[in-house]
Amino acid sequence: MELLVASAIGILTAAGIYLVQRLRTFPVIIGVSLLTYAVNVFLFASGRLAIGAPPILSDAQTYTDPLPQALVLTAIVISFGMTAVVVMIALGAYLGADDDHVNDPADSSDTDPEAAK
Amino acid sequence: MSLFLVALLPFLGALLPGLMNSAGRQACAGVTGAVTGAALIGLLTNAPAVFAGQVVTARIEWLPSIGMNVNLMLDPLGFFFACLILGIGLLIIAYARFYLSRDDNMGEFFTYLLLFQGAMVGIVLSDNILLLLVFWELTSLSSFLLIGYWKHLPEGRQGARMALTVTGMGGLALIGGMLILGQIAGSYDLSVILERRDVIQASPLYVPALLLILLGCFTKSAQFPFHFWLPHAMAAPTPVSAYLHSATMVKAGIFLMARLWPVLSGTPEWFMIVTGAGLITMVLGAVIALFKHDLKALLAFSTVSHLGLITMLLGTGTPFGVLAAMFHILNHATFKAALFMSAGIIDHAVHTRDIRRLGGLRRLMPITFVIATLGALSMAGIPLLNGFLSKEMMLEETLKTALFGSPWLVPVLAVVGSLFSAAYSFRLIGHTFLGPVRDDYPDAPHDPGPGLWLPPALLIVPVVAIGVAPFLAEPFIKLVTQAVLGSTAETPYAHFKIWHGLVPALWMSVIAVTGALVLLALHAPAQRLWDAAPRPEAKAIFDRIIDGAVTAARTLVQPLHDGAFTRYGAIMAVTVIAAGLHAWLTGAVGPAQYAMLPIGPLSVAAWLMLAAATGGLVFLHRNRLLSLILLGIVGLMVSIGFVYFSAPDLALTQFTVEVVTTILMLLALNFLPNTTPIESTVLRRTRDAAIAVAGGLGAMAIAYYYLLRDPVAESISAFHLANSYKGGGGTNVVNVILVDFRGFDTFGEIIVLGIAALLIYALTEALLDGPVRARLLNRKPDQPRGGDIHPLMMVVLTRVIMPVVLMVGFYVFLRGHNEPGGGFIAGLIVSIAVVMQYMASGFSWASARLRYPYHGVIGTGVLIAGLTGMGSWFFAKPFLTSDFVYVRIPPFEKFELATAALFDLGVFFAVVGAVMLSLESFSRLARRAHVPDSDHPMDIDPSRENPEQAVTAKSHTAKEV
Repeated sequence: MELLVASAIGILTAAGIYLVQRLRTFPVIIGVSLLTYAVNVFLFASGRLAIGAPPILSDAQTYTDPLPQALVLTAIVISFGMTAVVVMIALGAYLGADDDHVNDPADSSDTDPEAAK
Repeated sequence: MSLFLVALLPFLGALLPGLMNSAGRQACAGVTGAVTGAALIGLLTNAPAVFAGQVVTARIEWLPSIGMNVNLMLDPLGFFFACLILGIGLLIIAYARFYLSRDDNMGEFFTYLLLFQGAMVGIVLSDNILLLLVFWELTSLSSFLLIGYWKHLPEGRQGARMALTVTGMGGLALIGGMLILGQIAGSYDLSVILERRDVIQASPLYVPALLLILLGCFTKSAQFPFHFWLPHAMAAPTPVSAYLHSATMVKAGIFLMARLWPVLSGTPEWFMIVTGAGLITMVLGAVIALFKHDLKALLAFSTVSHLGLITMLLGTGTPFGVLAAMFHILNHATFKAALFMSAGIIDHAVHTRDIRRLGGLRRLMPITFVIATLGALSMAGIPLLNGFLSKEMMLEETLKTALFGSPWLVPVLAVVGSLFSAAYSFRLIGHTFLGPVRDDYPDAPHDPGPGLWLPPALLIVPVVAIGVAPFLAEPFIKLVTQAVLGSTAETPYAHFKIWHGLVPALWMSVIAVTGALVLLALHAPAQRLWDAAPRPEAKAIFDRIIDGAVTAARTLVQPLHDGAFTRYGAIMAVTVIAAGLHAWLTGAVGPAQYAMLPIGPLSVAAWLMLAAATGGLVFLHRNRLLSLILLGIVGLMVSIGFVYFSAPDLALTQFTVEVVTTILMLLALNFLPNTTPIESTVLRRTRDAAIAVAGGLGAMAIAYYYLLRDPVAESISAFHLANSYKGGGGTNVVNVILVDFRGFDTFGEIIVLGIAALLIYALTEALLDGPVRARLLNRKPDQPRGGDIHPLMMVVLTRVIMPVVLMVGFYVFLRGHNEPGGGFIAGLIVSIAVVMQYMASGFSWASARLRYPYHGVIGTGVLIAGLTGMGSWFFAKPFLTSDFVYVRIPPFEKFELATAALFDLGVFFAVVGAVMLSLESFSRLARRAHVPDSDHPMDIDPSRENPEQAVTAKSHTAKEV
């Protein structure tokens, strides 16, 4: 089972890295989302995998590790906020310049206006 | 008055000029003067204690763990400098009031001036060297603002940048030096450091510390080879030049050398470096000054020269040298500030500072003539003026100083320096005021009003008074000297008097003055010789160094940081992979400590779906709508995984977040192109794929190995499991961690979430106000619109289901403490319920029924959470200490009341507000672009009399479908 989870993390990471290197905003956002899944699952898995042992106190003998779950829970919500901001920035850039490339055009080097004089 | 108040007043007062700007120039200058005056009076109230030999101190512990405390002390040395700073500051403020024109923003000027003044006072009052460093950097920054005050002048901007670069670099060196010094001495308090002379001078780190500290002092006080920035800083308004570059900032380096004199001086290194640099600076500055035509440039180089003189005196390491240095600081501050102000008056009246265009002004500007002449004669070292006295003492000191084994070197150079110093002073008088009246002045010369001449005149009073009656200054200067010397030496027994008899120093003076008169007579040929001689131009060298540094930085940074986001992604991925590989190859992996869990068919099925959806995303990502659906599948599989692996809370959260994320992406896709074109080459895609596969393999390997082994350190989770019920009163440990154990984290996180939502709102507003607005209005939808945007069935269903969903949210919230649920999840569920109304019934219908703006909801949430946390203060507990009780109200079951639930309520509100504000902002964009939205919830409503009316606008699009 651990192999399945680890390979799922690997697949998500690989797809995320590939998409992050695309040239348009939308695939980059999808790629970041995939990386978010990968990181969240990895963090969650760092508490070890346990089946049928939720961290709800009862008569049970064993519980899974609750701490990574708490961390990942807020991470999921925060990542929604971050995704929303990034999408908004991408949208603003596209609407403002009619262009959704993520890279600066090659000719707009940031020369110093003072030095140019 | 407390020292804290003295140091703080200018900073607090810096707020006032900006506020008083609209009240008029008089009020603006008045309030600035009042602040400075109050600080000066506060300082003087401490005078009796200082004169009685006490050291006034004030202490607050700031960061005692790193030895950084707000410790202030006032000894005669600090008192002397603080008096100069505040006293001359007061005169400068009066002068600037009349100097600045109506076009200058006076509030801005005085704000900078007060900031600078506060920083300077801070330097001279600091007892803690770390605090001193903070103030030191502040003077660099505020002087940058002051020098560049006339932003429209390129010289001003360049001069300000040069000053900041040089003094800033020196400041960095000084930080290093001071930290070393503190390490050697074992304390960052000056009062302790000054007692450790032997320890410090015996340390092997003494030389590095000395070099770094001197680098800081020399850059600040414009000593060779860093003298070049000061003349360029003269592009500042004259009050700034008079204040910063005669009396205060350039003396900061001198002050520090004097302050640290007891521990640093007396070694061969100190003597060689400080005396040598001072001597070179003194002669070089004086020579250049003679050949400058700009009055302010002449004065600037003369300042450089005089600072060199003081530095040289401090370098000699004898008590008499210190006495002469302190005396000359006072004298130089008075006559040089007066001279700068006179130059400003001439510039103001004649509109030129070029000596070649002046001459004969003595009849036209008699008051200015008197002031400037007295100042210049004092600078030249003419008897009965204060400059003469300290120059005599300097010459006397040089006779006792042997550099490089030669007893002649220092005295001869000192005479050369004095000679040129007298020559440029005579030139200043002769070529500006004497000679025939000309008829080609750029403007009619006239004496200014008293507002401009009174401040320099007041400074000339001590010049003459001390010159005639030196015994007036003697006790005070000796007090200051003793403060510099500390316990290392006794104040020399020497009387300040005009006539010492025919001593060698007098002969040296006579040579200098006579030589100066000869040189002035030969000035025209000498100037031609000087102009013809090749000499390095400091600014050109400086610019070349800066250009070189910029080019070097570019070559280093450009390949990594060229504005291509994809490149950053690749670089980062490769770096992380390489670091991981290095760790893998050099580290050791223990044997697996756990057996793998058995793999069931269901989990294989889920894995296959996840893998297929992810693979589909990679290959089909160009179809954006499809990729959104695939992303949903991935999210769903992750949620199912959470359920399977005993994380019900995570599953609930992931699932609800998935819903709102999809809605958000759909709203965005409405505007973005529907497909991604193929742009990258096959080679590039192969390269990216290789990096991606390597990264994926790395992530898989680390996850796989980690999952089967114990962590190196014991986890703190057991504590949470054990104390969740006992301490937090809840059985859902995840929720108790969120709202109780790690409540402070959660508090921060809801604030971040709120900020993100507000940012989205602000970006939307900015977009809708700008040119995007028109583009949106003219935008044609790229997809055919649905004919029935708000279908009857959906409207009815969502309304029926609304109370049910709210009840579910309420239930999930309440059970959160003991069962899966809680504020985060409940907030997301309620948001979905509200979003459904927007989707079904339309934006305007839903917003018209919105009672509470979402900003307010976010604020309510954060406030509730914060106030809950603060509530524990009333029980003398730390922030966010929680408590709970069990109550029983018949006929209900026993139930729990916990403050954590109140905190969770705050989380709930913050989440609802943030999610809704984000989504609403996106749909505002959409609304702007669409055909007019209907006010009615349903497009076709049988209950309305004219059901078709509302959809006429949309009917033609409907037909196209």
